[in-house]
Amino acid sequence: MLLITCPWCGPRYESEFSYGGEAGLIRPKDPAALSDEEWGDYLYMRENKRGPHVEQWCHAAGCRRWFNVSRDTATNQIKGVSRIGESMLGGNTDAG
Amino acid sequence: MMRHSIFSLVRNALSYHEKWPQMWRSPEPKEEYDVVIVGGGGHGLATAYYLAKEHGISKVAVLERAWIGGGATGRNTEIVRSNYLWDESSRLYEMSLKLWESLSQELNYNVMLSQRGVFNLGHTLQDMRDLSRRVHANRLNGIDAELLDAQQVGAFVPILNTSSHIRYPVLGASLQRRGGTGRHDAVAWGFARAADARGVDIIQNCEVTGIRRENGRVTGVETSRGFIRAGKVGLAVAGNTSILAQMAGIRLPLESHPLQALVSEPVKPVLHSVVMSNAVHAYVSQTDKGELLIGAGIDAHSGYGQRGGLAVIEGAMAAMVELFPIFSRLRMNRQWAGTVDICPDACPILGKTPVSGLFVNCGWGTGGFKSTPGSGWVYAYTIAKNHPHPLNEPFSLERFSTGALIDEHGAAAVAH
Repeated sequence: MLLITCPWCGPRYESEFSYGGEAGLIRPKDPAALSDEEWGDYLYMRENKRGPHVEQWCHAAGCRRWFNVSRDTATNQIKGVSRIGESMLGGNTDAG
Repeated sequence: MMRHSIFSLVRNALSYHEKWPQMWRSPEPKEEYDVVIVGGGGHGLATAYYLAKEHGISKVAVLERAWIGGGATGRNTEIVRSNYLWDESSRLYEMSLKLWESLSQELNYNVMLSQRGVFNLGHTLQDMRDLSRRVHANRLNGIDAELLDAQQVGAFVPILNTSSHIRYPVLGASLQRRGGTGRHDAVAWGFARAADARGVDIIQNCEVTGIRRENGRVTGVETSRGFIRAGKVGLAVAGNTSILAQMAGIRLPLESHPLQALVSEPVKPVLHSVVMSNAVHAYVSQTDKGELLIGAGIDAHSGYGQRGGLAVIEGAMAAMVELFPIFSRLRMNRQWAGTVDICPDACPILGKTPVSGLFVNCGWGTGGFKSTPGSGWVYAYTIAKNHPHPLNEPFSLERFSTGALIDEHGAAAVAH
């Protein structure tokens, strides 16, 4: 189980969190102006990286706030966490 | 190739089984192939076999980063069934199940298909309505399916706790009698041996590091053993598809997750069918060695590490012990994870890509093993003819822009 540092509540077990996938996806301002391919790309296409990956987590059983985590998807090592819109802070580095 | 038969078995027994020939060659890669298949799992090997057999294309190489059948092919829980809800998926999986039924004869290799019946349990009234809907859909599509109440399930599987006093009581189940299990290593080895006999080069320890293109057309693959020219390239690398596709500048709607399974110590025959439960997410069968083979769910987060969190296993085992109190004192011998590529609609992507000559077969998620022969068959057709077979046409990459998704989430008898 991962040990994830919530930027508000501190280190907690993964079971308190829910996963939100790739971070940094920005909803297009005017979806109607997009082609089907562009809208499909926004909805479904993902980097699915092996290695360093910035992703969203929600502290569902805690403060219920969303934040970003930088995690290596091959080793599960967490490199940092950040509040949405802020730069990465060093979080814990535990993997489990 | 030495044909396997009762006579070859006796002959080799007399020589103390020391003279069995190698089942496939280990050739050096040639400079050029008509088709290069990336990924030596069941799907890739089956594709190579059907390319050679059905379409007469035998200048084919299967490139495998490590050893064949060592990824998700050798890590699944071996369940074979075709009771999917939607017409598109039930047609594809049923065609695959029909190929399974004659696969041992076809390959002259015992894939140990055991059609012992697959139960999908219902625990709530909504579960039962969903099961009923799916059973009717299956029967309309010519797939055998039955709906049983708790008492009938208990008669088939006496060790199942069908009392009403558990947290999620068993209210009934769907049963597909033609479903069951196969031997996953044997499927990879059988296809490898049969493909090799038809001239396919199976090249292990050969990692693809790049996909070379000219004018929007694929020209070959860079590998750890040099450049290999190819007229067509087919990806069959399951959990690693996003990484390979990115080499050709293609974005895919996949997320790779760890999926775990485990086996118990071997015990005498106690469970004669496959029992799956969507609601409490656990599934179990008993292998010929006597081990209980138990599947858990995927970890919520993505991951390529081929290992998952213990909490996921704990959840599956809690459900298992409640359903089968008799298992509560069994010890578990081994636990592992594979990497599965999950698609937003829990259905595969099987067809062409924006790069001419590059094909993709991925997104099977947690359900790829059962489809091995069928997937290989339609993929070979697609690669050989440059257009999809009617069976895999609905599973194109374009569906993620047209919106024609095939939503098998949960509907496919078990949550993906």
